[in-house]
Amino acid sequence: MTKKEALYQYLLRMGDDSLILGQRLSELCGHGPILEEDIATTNISLDLIGQATLLLEYAGELADEPKTNDELAFLRIEKHYANALLVEQPNGNFGDTMMRQFLFDAYRKPLLEQLMQSVDKRLAGIAEKALKETKYHLRHSSEWVIRLGDGTQESHSKVQASLESLYRYAHELFFENEVDEILLNEGIIPAAKTLFPLWEKTVTEVLEMATMSLPKNNWKFQGGREGRHSEHMGFLLAEMQYMQRTYPNMEW
Amino acid sequence: MVSEKVIFDLLEGVFDPEVPVLTIVDLGIVRSVQYHEKQLIIEITPTYIGCPAMQTIEKDIESKLQSNGIQKFEIKTSIAPAWTTDWMSEKGKQKLKEYGIAPPQEELDKSVLFGEPLVVPCPKCNAKETKMVSQFGSTACKAHYQCKACQEPFDYFKCLR
Repeated sequence: MTKKEALYQYLLRMGDDSLILGQRLSELCGHGPILEEDIATTNISLDLIGQATLLLEYAGELADEPKTNDELAFLRIEKHYANALLVEQPNGNFGDTMMRQFLFDAYRKPLLEQLMQSVDKRLAGIAEKALKETKYHLRHSSEWVIRLGDGTQESHSKVQASLESLYRYAHELFFENEVDEILLNEGIIPAAKTLFPLWEKTVTEVLEMATMSLPKNNWKFQGGREGRHSEHMGFLLAEMQYMQRTYPNMEW
Repeated sequence: MVSEKVIFDLLEGVFDPEVPVLTIVDLGIVRSVQYHEKQLIIEITPTYIGCPAMQTIEKDIESKLQSNGIQKFEIKTSIAPAWTTDWMSEKGKQKLKEYGIAPPQEELDKSVLFGEPLVVPCPKCNAKETKMVSQFGSTACKAHYQCKACQEPFDYFKCLR
Protein backbone atom coordinates (compact mmCIF):
# COMPACT_ATOMS: atom_id res chain seq x y z
CA MET A 1 0.00 0.00 0.00
CA THR A 2 1.32 3.43 -0.91
CA LYS A 3 1.17 6.49 1.32
CA LYS A 4 -1.45 8.00 -0.97
CA GLU A 5 -3.68 4.93 -0.74
CA ALA A 6 -3.31 4.89 3.04
CA LEU A 7 -4.24 8.55 3.35
CA TYR A 8 -7.26 7.98 1.11
CA GLN A 9 -8.46 5.19 3.41
CA TYR A 10 -7.84 7.24 6.52
CA LEU A 11 -9.74 10.25 5.18
CA LEU A 12 -12.63 7.96 4.30
CA ARG A 13 -12.74 6.72 7.89
CA MET A 14 -12.83 10.22 9.31
CA GLY A 15 -15.14 11.55 6.63
CA ASP A 16 -17.55 8.62 6.95
CA ASP A 17 -17.62 8.89 10.75
CA SER A 18 -18.68 12.52 10.33
CA LEU A 19 -21.08 11.85 7.50
CA ILE A 20 -22.90 8.90 9.02
CA LEU A 21 -23.19 10.43 12.48
CA GLY A 22 -24.35 13.67 10.85
CA GLN A 23 -26.97 11.71 8.90
CA ARG A 24 -28.15 9.98 12.08
CA LEU A 25 -28.53 13.26 13.94
CA SER A 26 -30.34 14.86 11.03
CA GLU A 27 -33.08 12.26 11.50
CA LEU A 28 -34.00 14.20 14.64
CA CYS A 29 -34.83 17.33 12.69
CA GLY A 30 -38.38 18.09 13.77
CA HIS A 31 -38.37 15.08 16.09
CA GLY A 32 -36.14 16.21 18.96
CA PRO A 33 -37.45 15.54 22.48
CA ILE A 34 -37.58 19.27 23.19
CA LEU A 35 -37.16 22.25 20.90
CA GLU A 36 -33.70 23.18 22.22
CA GLU A 37 -32.36 19.68 21.64
CA ASP A 38 -33.99 19.48 18.24
CA ILE A 39 -31.97 22.55 17.34
CA ALA A 40 -28.84 21.31 19.10
CA THR A 41 -28.72 17.91 17.43
CA THR A 42 -29.33 19.37 13.99
CA ASN A 43 -26.66 22.03 14.61
CA ILE A 44 -24.19 19.28 15.48
CA SER A 45 -25.33 17.37 12.41
CA LEU A 46 -24.59 20.40 10.26
CA ASP A 47 -21.09 20.74 11.73
CA LEU A 48 -20.39 17.06 11.12
CA ILE A 49 -21.64 17.13 7.54
CA GLY A 50 -19.49 20.23 7.00
CA GLN A 51 -16.48 18.28 8.26
CA ALA A 52 -17.39 15.36 6.01
CA THR A 53 -17.53 17.72 3.03
CA LEU A 54 -13.91 18.76 3.50
CA LEU A 55 -12.59 15.32 4.41
CA LEU A 56 -14.31 13.53 1.53
CA GLU A 57 -13.30 16.27 -0.88
CA TYR A 58 -9.68 15.64 0.05
CA ALA A 59 -10.18 11.87 -0.14
CA GLY A 60 -11.78 12.19 -3.57
CA GLU A 61 -8.69 13.93 -4.93
CA LEU A 62 -6.53 11.02 -3.78
CA ALA A 63 -8.74 8.27 -5.21
CA ASP A 64 -7.39 6.22 -8.13
CA GLU A 65 -9.99 7.83 -10.33
CA PRO A 66 -10.66 11.25 -8.80
CA LYS A 67 -14.16 11.60 -7.37
CA THR A 68 -16.19 14.47 -5.98
CA ASN A 69 -17.22 14.49 -2.34
CA ASP A 70 -20.84 13.99 -3.42
CA GLU A 71 -19.90 10.86 -5.37
CA LEU A 72 -18.10 9.48 -2.35
CA ALA A 73 -20.90 10.40 0.03
CA PHE A 74 -23.81 9.13 -1.98
CA LEU A 75 -22.69 6.59 -4.54
CA ARG A 76 -20.58 4.02 -2.75
CA ILE A 77 -21.89 0.62 -1.75
CA GLU A 78 -22.15 -0.32 1.89
CA LYS A 79 -18.91 -2.28 2.15
CA HIS A 80 -16.94 0.70 0.88
CA TYR A 81 -17.94 2.89 3.82
CA ALA A 82 -15.26 2.97 6.50
CA ASN A 83 -17.12 4.53 9.44
CA ALA A 84 -16.99 2.89 12.85
CA LEU A 85 -19.97 0.76 13.88
CA LEU A 86 -20.68 3.15 16.76
CA VAL A 87 -21.83 6.07 14.61
CA GLU A 88 -24.29 4.05 12.52
CA GLN A 89 -26.21 2.78 15.56
CA PRO A 90 -29.81 4.05 15.63
CA ASN A 91 -30.81 7.12 17.63
CA GLY A 92 -32.85 4.99 20.08
CA ASN A 93 -33.98 7.04 23.06
CA PHE A 94 -32.40 10.39 23.92
CA GLY A 95 -29.96 8.70 26.30
CA ASP A 96 -28.77 6.44 23.47
CA THR A 97 -28.30 9.45 21.17
CA MET A 98 -26.31 11.41 23.76
CA MET A 99 -24.23 8.44 24.88
CA ARG A 100 -23.29 7.60 21.28
CA GLN A 101 -22.37 11.26 20.79
CA PHE A 102 -20.37 11.42 24.00
CA LEU A 103 -18.31 8.29 23.29
CA PHE A 104 -17.56 9.67 19.83
CA ASP A 105 -16.82 13.29 20.85
CA ALA A 106 -14.47 12.10 23.61
CA TYR A 107 -12.45 10.31 20.88
CA ARG A 108 -12.73 12.94 18.17
CA LYS A 109 -11.48 15.84 20.28
CA PRO A 110 -8.03 14.43 21.14
CA LEU A 111 -7.74 13.04 17.61
CA LEU A 112 -8.27 16.49 16.10
CA GLU A 113 -5.95 18.11 18.65
CA GLN A 114 -3.16 15.79 17.61
CA LEU A 115 -3.92 16.04 13.90
CA MET A 116 -3.23 19.78 14.15
CA GLN A 117 0.43 18.75 14.42
CA SER A 118 0.23 16.58 11.31
CA VAL A 119 2.90 17.05 8.65
CA ASP A 120 0.00 17.02 6.19
CA LYS A 121 -0.90 20.72 6.32
CA ARG A 122 -4.26 20.31 4.64
CA LEU A 123 -5.40 17.72 7.15
CA ALA A 124 -4.00 19.86 9.99
CA GLY A 125 -6.07 22.81 8.74
CA ILE A 126 -9.28 20.76 8.64
CA ALA A 127 -8.52 19.49 12.14
CA GLU A 128 -7.98 22.98 13.51
CA LYS A 129 -11.30 24.13 12.11
CA ALA A 130 -13.23 21.05 13.23
CA LEU A 131 -11.73 21.06 16.72
CA LYS A 132 -13.41 24.30 17.72
CA GLU A 133 -16.81 22.82 16.98
CA THR A 134 -16.03 19.41 18.42
CA LYS A 135 -15.07 20.89 21.80
CA TYR A 136 -18.51 22.41 21.92
CA HIS A 137 -20.16 19.12 20.97
CA LEU A 138 -18.26 17.31 23.72
CA ARG A 139 -19.35 19.84 26.31
CA HIS A 140 -22.95 19.40 25.26
CA SER A 141 -22.92 15.59 25.21
CA SER A 142 -20.97 15.37 28.51
CA GLU A 143 -23.45 17.60 30.25
CA TRP A 144 -26.34 15.45 29.09
CA VAL A 145 -24.66 12.22 30.16
CA ILE A 146 -24.15 13.75 33.61
CA ARG A 147 -27.64 15.16 33.79
CA LEU A 148 -29.25 11.87 32.80
CA GLY A 149 -26.93 9.66 34.84
CA ASP A 150 -27.15 11.81 37.96
CA GLY A 151 -30.84 12.54 37.37
CA THR A 152 -33.83 10.45 38.35
CA GLN A 153 -33.80 6.71 38.93
CA GLU A 154 -35.46 6.22 35.57
CA SER A 155 -33.07 8.47 33.60
CA HIS A 156 -30.13 6.79 35.35
CA SER A 157 -31.20 3.26 34.50
CA LYS A 158 -32.01 4.22 30.91
CA VAL A 159 -28.70 5.94 30.21
CA GLN A 160 -26.81 3.16 31.98
CA ALA A 161 -28.50 0.76 29.55
CA SER A 162 -27.40 3.04 26.69
CA LEU A 163 -23.83 2.76 27.91
CA GLU A 164 -24.05 -1.03 28.20
CA SER A 165 -25.26 -1.33 24.64
CA LEU A 166 -22.96 1.23 23.01
CA TYR A 167 -19.73 0.71 24.92
CA ARG A 168 -18.94 -2.50 23.03
CA TYR A 169 -18.67 -0.44 19.82
CA ALA A 170 -16.39 2.22 21.29
CA HIS A 171 -13.13 0.27 21.14
CA GLU A 172 -13.32 0.07 17.40
CA LEU A 173 -12.54 3.80 17.32
CA PHE A 174 -8.97 2.77 18.16
CA PHE A 175 -8.74 0.18 15.41
CA GLU A 176 -5.41 0.14 13.61
CA ASN A 177 -4.08 -1.66 10.58
CA GLU A 178 -1.56 -1.16 7.79
CA VAL A 179 -3.13 2.20 6.93
CA ASP A 180 -2.28 3.60 10.35
CA GLU A 181 1.18 2.08 10.36
CA ILE A 182 2.12 3.87 7.14
CA LEU A 183 0.64 7.22 8.13
CA LEU A 184 2.05 7.06 11.62
CA ASN A 185 5.57 6.55 10.24
CA GLU A 186 5.09 9.55 7.98
CA GLY A 187 4.01 11.75 10.90
CA ILE A 188 0.57 12.30 9.39
CA ILE A 189 -1.58 10.80 12.15
CA PRO A 190 -1.23 10.09 15.90
CA ALA A 191 -1.08 6.54 17.25
CA ALA A 192 -4.21 4.99 18.72
CA LYS A 193 -2.24 4.15 21.83
CA THR A 194 -1.71 7.84 22.53
CA LEU A 195 -5.38 8.66 21.94
CA PHE A 196 -6.87 5.86 23.99
CA PRO A 197 -5.75 7.07 27.44
CA LEU A 198 -7.08 10.56 26.66
CA TRP A 199 -10.43 9.11 25.66
CA GLU A 200 -10.50 6.85 28.69
CA LYS A 201 -9.74 9.77 31.01
CA THR A 202 -12.65 11.85 29.71
CA VAL A 203 -15.02 8.89 29.76
CA THR A 204 -14.04 7.89 33.30
CA GLU A 205 -14.34 11.43 34.65
CA VAL A 206 -17.71 12.10 33.10
CA LEU A 207 -19.19 8.73 34.03
CA GLU A 208 -18.05 9.23 37.59
CA MET A 209 -19.84 12.57 37.75
CA ALA A 210 -22.84 10.90 36.18
CA THR A 211 -22.76 8.26 38.98
CA MET A 212 -22.51 5.59 36.30
CA SER A 213 -20.32 2.54 36.02
CA LEU A 214 -18.55 0.91 33.09
CA PRO A 215 -19.98 -2.37 31.80
CA LYS A 216 -18.58 -5.42 33.55
CA ASN A 217 -18.25 -7.48 30.41
CA ASN A 218 -15.49 -6.84 27.95
CA TRP A 219 -17.39 -7.29 24.71
CA LYS A 220 -15.89 -5.57 21.71
CA PHE A 221 -17.33 -5.39 18.23
CA GLN A 222 -15.51 -4.22 15.16
CA GLY A 223 -15.80 -4.37 11.39
CA GLY A 224 -16.95 -0.96 10.24
CA ARG A 225 -13.44 0.27 9.43
CA GLU A 226 -13.11 -2.67 7.04
CA GLY A 227 -16.55 -2.27 5.52
CA ARG A 228 -18.40 -4.89 7.58
CA HIS A 229 -21.34 -2.96 8.95
CA SER A 230 -24.28 -3.70 11.23
CA GLU A 231 -27.75 -4.32 9.82
CA HIS A 232 -28.70 -0.69 10.53
CA MET A 233 -26.32 0.65 7.92
CA GLY A 234 -28.27 -0.51 4.87
CA PHE A 235 -31.42 1.27 6.00
CA LEU A 236 -29.48 4.44 6.70
CA LEU A 237 -27.83 4.37 3.28
CA ALA A 238 -31.14 3.65 1.55
CA GLU A 239 -32.51 6.89 2.94
CA MET A 240 -29.34 8.93 2.53
CA GLN A 241 -28.66 7.83 -1.05
CA TYR A 242 -32.25 7.82 -2.30
CA MET A 243 -32.16 11.21 -3.97
CA GLN A 244 -28.84 10.75 -5.74
CA ARG A 245 -29.74 7.23 -6.89
CA THR A 246 -33.15 8.29 -8.18
CA TYR A 247 -32.02 11.50 -9.86
CA PRO A 248 -28.36 10.85 -10.77
CA ASN A 249 -26.10 13.92 -10.70
CA MET A 250 -28.76 16.20 -9.30
CA GLU A 251 -27.47 19.27 -7.47
CA TRP A 252 -29.04 21.78 -5.15
CA MET B 1 -7.41 48.18 -12.58
CA VAL B 2 -9.62 48.86 -9.58
CA SER B 3 -7.64 49.20 -6.39
CA GLU B 4 -7.87 46.67 -3.60
CA LYS B 5 -9.11 49.40 -1.29
CA VAL B 6 -12.09 50.12 -3.56
CA ILE B 7 -12.98 46.42 -3.70
CA PHE B 8 -12.75 46.18 0.06
CA ASP B 9 -15.04 49.18 0.45
CA LEU B 10 -17.57 47.51 -1.86
CA LEU B 11 -17.45 44.36 0.26
CA GLU B 12 -18.30 46.54 3.26
CA GLY B 13 -21.70 46.76 1.60
CA VAL B 14 -22.31 42.99 1.50
CA PHE B 15 -24.37 41.83 4.47
CA ASP B 16 -24.37 38.47 6.20
CA PRO B 17 -27.57 36.65 5.17
CA GLU B 18 -28.18 35.25 8.66
CA VAL B 19 -27.26 38.33 10.68
CA PRO B 20 -28.24 41.09 8.23
CA VAL B 21 -26.98 43.92 10.42
CA LEU B 22 -23.35 42.80 10.01
CA THR B 23 -21.31 43.08 6.86
CA ILE B 24 -19.04 40.23 5.86
CA VAL B 25 -16.12 42.54 6.66
CA ASP B 26 -17.43 43.17 10.20
CA LEU B 27 -17.67 39.41 10.71
CA GLY B 28 -14.13 38.79 9.55
CA ILE B 29 -15.28 36.47 6.77
CA VAL B 30 -13.29 38.39 4.16
CA ARG B 31 -9.72 37.30 4.65
CA SER B 32 -7.96 39.16 1.87
CA VAL B 33 -8.42 41.06 -1.36
CA GLN B 34 -5.34 40.82 -3.55
CA TYR B 35 -4.14 40.84 -7.08
CA HIS B 36 -2.05 37.86 -8.14
CA GLU B 37 -0.58 38.61 -11.56
CA LYS B 38 -3.46 40.92 -12.44
CA GLN B 39 -6.02 38.34 -11.30
CA LEU B 40 -8.20 39.69 -8.50
CA ILE B 41 -8.59 37.12 -5.75
CA ILE B 42 -11.01 37.49 -2.87
CA GLU B 43 -10.41 35.05 -0.07
CA ILE B 44 -13.25 34.22 2.30
CA THR B 45 -13.52 31.83 5.24
CA PRO B 46 -16.55 30.15 6.85
CA THR B 47 -17.44 30.84 10.49
CA TYR B 48 -18.42 27.20 11.00
CA ILE B 49 -17.45 24.44 8.57
CA GLY B 50 -21.00 23.56 7.69
CA CYS B 51 -22.22 27.17 7.51
CA PRO B 52 -24.99 27.02 4.90
CA ALA B 53 -24.71 30.76 4.25
CA MET B 54 -21.39 30.51 2.42
CA GLN B 55 -22.91 29.93 -1.02
CA THR B 56 -25.27 32.86 -0.58
CA ILE B 57 -22.37 35.03 0.56
CA GLU B 58 -20.39 34.10 -2.56
CA LYS B 59 -23.33 34.97 -4.77
CA ASP B 60 -23.85 38.27 -2.95
CA ILE B 61 -20.19 39.18 -3.45
CA GLU B 62 -20.46 38.33 -7.14
CA SER B 63 -23.53 40.45 -7.71
CA LYS B 64 -22.12 43.33 -5.68
CA LEU B 65 -18.92 43.46 -7.72
CA GLN B 66 -20.63 42.85 -11.05
CA SER B 67 -23.15 45.61 -10.46
CA ASN B 68 -20.18 47.90 -9.91
CA GLY B 69 -18.63 46.97 -13.21
CA ILE B 70 -16.06 44.51 -11.91
CA GLN B 71 -16.31 41.35 -13.98
CA LYS B 72 -13.03 39.52 -13.55
CA PHE B 73 -12.35 38.09 -10.13
CA GLU B 74 -12.10 34.81 -8.32
CA ILE B 75 -13.55 33.93 -4.91
CA LYS B 76 -11.56 31.42 -2.93
CA THR B 77 -12.65 29.72 0.28
CA SER B 78 -9.94 28.87 2.77
CA ILE B 79 -10.30 27.28 6.18
CA ALA B 80 -6.85 27.73 7.69
CA PRO B 81 -6.16 29.54 9.90
CA ALA B 82 -9.56 28.86 11.35
CA TRP B 83 -11.97 31.74 11.89
CA THR B 84 -12.37 32.99 15.43
CA THR B 85 -14.74 35.55 16.92
CA ASP B 86 -11.63 37.67 17.63
CA TRP B 87 -11.76 38.61 13.96
CA MET B 88 -15.07 40.33 14.39
CA SER B 89 -14.60 44.10 14.38
CA GLU B 90 -15.46 46.24 17.41
CA LYS B 91 -17.91 48.09 15.20
CA GLY B 92 -19.47 44.72 14.35
CA LYS B 93 -19.83 43.79 18.03
CA GLN B 94 -21.54 47.10 18.73
CA LYS B 95 -23.92 46.62 15.80
CA LEU B 96 -24.78 43.12 17.03
CA LYS B 97 -25.70 44.43 20.45
CA GLU B 98 -27.89 47.17 19.00
CA TYR B 99 -29.61 44.51 16.89
CA GLY B 100 -30.44 42.51 20.02
CA ILE B 101 -27.79 39.81 19.78
CA ALA B 102 -25.28 39.64 22.62
CA PRO B 103 -21.75 39.87 21.15
CA PRO B 104 -19.12 37.21 21.96
CA GLN B 105 -17.72 37.42 25.48
CA GLU B 106 -14.31 36.37 26.70
CA GLU B 107 -14.39 32.61 27.03
CA LEU B 108 -13.47 31.54 30.52
CA ASP B 109 -13.48 27.80 30.19
CA LYS B 110 -10.07 26.18 30.05
CA SER B 111 -11.12 22.61 30.69
CA VAL B 112 -13.74 22.54 27.92
CA LEU B 113 -15.88 20.18 29.93
CA PHE B 114 -16.79 22.28 32.88
CA GLY B 115 -15.85 25.86 32.25
CA GLU B 116 -16.88 28.71 34.50
CA PRO B 117 -20.24 30.06 33.51
CA LEU B 118 -19.96 32.98 31.17
CA VAL B 119 -21.28 36.41 31.97
CA VAL B 120 -23.38 37.40 28.98
CA PRO B 121 -25.04 40.75 29.63
CA CYS B 122 -28.54 41.24 28.25
CA PRO B 123 -28.35 43.24 25.02
CA LYS B 124 -31.64 44.99 25.90
CA CYS B 125 -31.27 46.05 29.53
CA ASN B 126 -27.56 45.30 30.17
CA ALA B 127 -28.35 43.21 33.26
CA LYS B 128 -25.65 40.67 34.02
CA GLU B 129 -28.10 38.16 35.45
CA THR B 130 -28.87 36.03 32.44
CA LYS B 131 -29.13 32.31 31.93
CA MET B 132 -28.31 30.01 29.07
CA VAL B 133 -31.40 28.28 27.71
CA SER B 134 -29.58 26.21 25.12
CA GLN B 135 -25.99 25.92 23.90
CA PHE B 136 -27.30 25.87 20.36
CA GLY B 137 -29.39 28.61 18.81
CA SER B 138 -31.04 29.56 15.55
CA THR B 139 -27.77 29.31 13.62
CA ALA B 140 -24.51 27.44 14.21
CA CYS B 141 -22.83 30.59 15.53
CA LYS B 142 -25.38 31.40 18.22
CA ALA B 143 -26.57 30.13 21.60
CA HIS B 144 -29.89 30.88 23.24
CA TYR B 145 -30.11 32.96 26.45
CA GLN B 146 -32.71 34.62 28.59
CA CYS B 147 -32.40 37.72 30.78
CA LYS B 148 -33.44 37.15 34.39
CA ALA B 149 -34.05 40.86 34.92
CA CYS B 150 -36.25 41.82 31.99
CA GLN B 151 -37.16 38.23 30.97
CA GLU B 152 -36.24 38.93 27.36
CA PRO B 153 -35.03 35.87 25.45
CA PHE B 154 -32.07 36.69 23.22
CA ASP B 155 -29.43 35.18 20.98
CA TYR B 156 -25.79 35.15 22.02
CA PHE B 157 -23.09 35.09 19.36
CA LYS B 158 -20.87 32.31 20.70
CA CYS B 159 -17.23 32.96 21.39
CA LEU B 160 -15.25 30.65 19.13
CA ARG B 161 -11.52 30.24 19.60
